[in-house]
Amino acid sequence: MKQDAWPLWEVFIRSQHGLAHKHVGSLRASDAEMAINNARDVYTRRNEGLSIWVVRAADIVASSPSDKEPLFEPANNKVYRHPTFFPMPEEVKHM
Amino acid sequence: MDRSLFQYALRMGDTTLILSQRLAQWCGHGPALEEDLALTNLSLDLLGQARLWLTLAGEVEGAGRDEDRLAYLRDAPDYRNYLLAERPNGHYGDTIARQFLFDVWHYFLLQGLSGSADERVAAIAAKSLKEVTYHARRSADLVVRLGDGTELSHGRMQAALDEIWFYVGELFVDDDVVADLAGRGIAVSHEALWPAWHEHVAAVLQEATLRLPDAADARHPAYQGGPSGRHTEALGYILAEMQHLQRTYPGASW
Repeated sequence: MKQDAWPLWEVFIRSQHGLAHKHVGSLRASDAEMAINNARDVYTRRNEGLSIWVVRAADIVASSPSDKEPLFEPANNKVYRHPTFFPMPEEVKHM
Repeated sequence: MDRSLFQYALRMGDTTLILSQRLAQWCGHGPALEEDLALTNLSLDLLGQARLWLTLAGEVEGAGRDEDRLAYLRDAPDYRNYLLAERPNGHYGDTIARQFLFDVWHYFLLQGLSGSADERVAAIAAKSLKEVTYHARRSADLVVRLGDGTELSHGRMQAALDEIWFYVGELFVDDDVVADLAGRGIAVSHEALWPAWHEHVAAVLQEATLRLPDAADARHPAYQGGPSGRHTEALGYILAEMQHLQRTYPGASW
């Protein structure tokens, strides 16, 4: 099998009761249709989900680990940015 | 005992059981991880269907034979599967060609059986149809990919198709069992499935840039006999392997 003919795809699945698609893994397929079929067979064999997203791994841009400090550090010492001081009403779910 | 229904349930049970066994032989040997898992999913779907049909056969027979006794304690001449199911896996193209032609037939047949006058048959068909709808979609997709692939894959796919083609005719024969059940609204005429099947297969093969084999080639009587217990040499080997444990240690369980 030629690896370039079967590019890598990342698979996201929304589970039965899930609100959002969650990354579950990757697989190889020659195009999107085949990736969906393969994702169905590889990742939903035990009734895991009701919606599948596939995206070419090459189309994902990831943050660089070396950018960790400038990206995330500033949030840590500004406690007023964290909405942890408010009691949440029972009716509000999934915040 | 409703002899026709017993025979028909055996026929469907044996066909799905043997094809499931065939596909299971691919486990760990698929051409890619994704294909490996897909084929074993398919195998398990068919095994589940085989269990339902064989359980029904046992009930109809009323002689106390359950799915296990029917699966593991009958010899080749007592098996009623269509010959197509027992044909060797060959290379991946051979397996996909066999699967595609079978899946399309299975799909149209189950659609018909979903409206069976016998509610047990209708229930099995309705449940199976959901699985088979996916099988048929997937195998057609692969036929197109392999047919319209490289020069090598195209040639091998065409050869695979031409070889397995002889065995499809049997799927469309209305023998006395099918005719009796169709007459009572329990099954549907298999002969009547041909036009829809042929049209769909032709469309997929055209997209796959493959040549549709001659319909007359599928009608040769030498390639028929499964439902009456006359099998190819392949079935004996499948059963010897499949039944070995139960035959050596009768009643073994875990």
